[in-house]
Amino acid sequence: MTDFFGIPLPALLGQLLLGLVNGSFYAMLSLGLAVIFGMLNIINFAHGALYMMGAFLAWMGLEYLGINYWAMLLLAPLVVGALGIVIERALLQWLYKLDHIYGLLLTFGITLVTEGIFRSFYGVSGQQYAVPEALQGATNLGFMILPNYRAWVVVASITVCIAVWALIEKTSLGATLRAGTENAKLVQAFGINVPRMITLTYAGGVALAAFAGVLAAPILQVSALMGSNLIIVVFAVVVIGGMGSILGSILTGLGLGVIEGLTKVFYPEASNTVVFVVMAIVLLVRPAGLFGKEK
Amino acid sequence: MTARNPLPGYAALFIAIAALPLLGVYPIFVMKVLCYALFACAFNLLIGYTGLLSFGHAAFLGTAAYVAGHALKVWGLPAPLGVLLGAACAGAMGLLFGLLAIKRAGIYFSMITLALSQMLFFVFLQASFTGGEDGLQSVPRGSLLGLDLTQDLTLFYVVLGIFIAAFWLIYRTVHSPFGQVLTSIRENEPRAISLGYDVDRFKLVAFVLSATLAGLAGATKTLVLGFATLTDAIWTTSGLVILMTLVGGMGTMIGPMVGALIIIALENKIGDLGQALANLTGIAWFNGLGESVSLVTGLIFIVCVLAFRRGVVGEAWALWEKLRAPRAS
Repeated sequence: MTDFFGIPLPALLGQLLLGLVNGSFYAMLSLGLAVIFGMLNIINFAHGALYMMGAFLAWMGLEYLGINYWAMLLLAPLVVGALGIVIERALLQWLYKLDHIYGLLLTFGITLVTEGIFRSFYGVSGQQYAVPEALQGATNLGFMILPNYRAWVVVASITVCIAVWALIEKTSLGATLRAGTENAKLVQAFGINVPRMITLTYAGGVALAAFAGVLAAPILQVSALMGSNLIIVVFAVVVIGGMGSILGSILTGLGLGVIEGLTKVFYPEASNTVVFVVMAIVLLVRPAGLFGKEK
Repeated sequence: MTARNPLPGYAALFIAIAALPLLGVYPIFVMKVLCYALFACAFNLLIGYTGLLSFGHAAFLGTAAYVAGHALKVWGLPAPLGVLLGAACAGAMGLLFGLLAIKRAGIYFSMITLALSQMLFFVFLQASFTGGEDGLQSVPRGSLLGLDLTQDLTLFYVVLGIFIAAFWLIYRTVHSPFGQVLTSIRENEPRAISLGYDVDRFKLVAFVLSATLAGLAGATKTLVLGFATLTDAIWTTSGLVILMTLVGGMGTMIGPMVGALIIIALENKIGDLGQALANLTGIAWFNGLGESVSLVTGLIFIVCVLAFRRGVVGEAWALWEKLRAPRAS
């Protein structure tokens, strides 16, 4: 058995993979936060709650309606995206002219309500969601045992992240979006329906969170509180990476997941806090964040 | 405009509060409200007068609660020393948080304070001196200058004294030249910078002061209730103090007190309210309302942000001004 600083290699690689899995969730959520912040000037605290809702929808779909994982992987983001449209039209749109803090507070309120509803029906204990049949089991790579589902989560997340990056950076729709982020009034003057674009941006961002939630359902316990713990870490990720760059968000998310995984191997007591420690160091060295621009 | 001196009004308010236990109000309840009111007033110094939204103030409440609890229970320090030590530690924590968080402005500031307080929460969860999930239980009250603090009524007047002292300190701060600079930062930060003020230093001092006073509230709360738990340090408590200040009225002296009273009373009564609603409507689901307080607080948050940003005191004040205006002109 190969050792690496006294840690057996398979154990190390296993934690590394788990770190990558968590990092994928960080990447998808911070990506959505960044895109939403760019268009709406709102930090969407509800992102964690909508991620939780995605996971719950997957579980509920199977439990009550017998809809399988693959269908929910598509359906849950659509449902949450539709809810996002409702939230944006009914609540958020009244806040764009106000201080940023009101957006944070309103979405914090939405988080509390969403969590409260799920808690009142399902309590705080987690629900189990079985790994879909096609992805059960593990593949022996020789140097480690690779659980198929975890590999799928990493591949699917990175694919989706790159697709979002390509959509925003390489298509004309993305160009409009970026222009809207820079100067919404000017884009509107060119005849583009900016309010609709804002609504769809929010819907797309939260759909991404729900997608991450469905991916997470078979790995983590599906519970009402699974989102709020995650969103705080994602905030730290956003502070570390800065919200200026899409690719930056993805890389920061994945990187911090890996760092967290490695901490679990070498110094497990600090695994909960390591992301925040990294944030503190980055603030001291590069206050604008790794990929951020100083205003 | 209103140049009238508000001090007689405050004095009347505090005399009324002092009379509450004599009117049969449960002193522990009033003390709990006073502790949270102090917490909210300290928080308001930042959001209401400096324009900084700290989403991590539970860290200071929790730090002081644990330090005071540990000092009183394990070290056996006298009550006043334990409380002051708790507040001082919260202030030191505030200095650390402030030095990091003030490097970023606006919404990032809020996210950083939230993240740092979450880090501290995990430290408290794992550290041995906090008692982990159980927290510190049965912290002794001791005595102050020969006064026996185990008597609820005696402790009540001590807590009221602490609150009035802190309230006066906040009032003086807000109305000092220092406080005027803070307000100018809230109103127009670039302009304050261009006038030559070292804005970051002012923010830091305000942050440390706010953290220390929040700590004073936390330490006093430990003295009153006799325990310190993770609930004091968890991020939802940071949300709670925001809600209290928002409901009562940001940037008003009395608002956070009113907000604390409303939210604490609501938390105490929400189970009964749910049962009453269940009986009234016949929907059994309402019976569980006491279990999901967050649902109700979340709704209040949404309503306040959308329609009620000035809070109870702010709206009442605006109404009062409106009623007076035609007569004055």
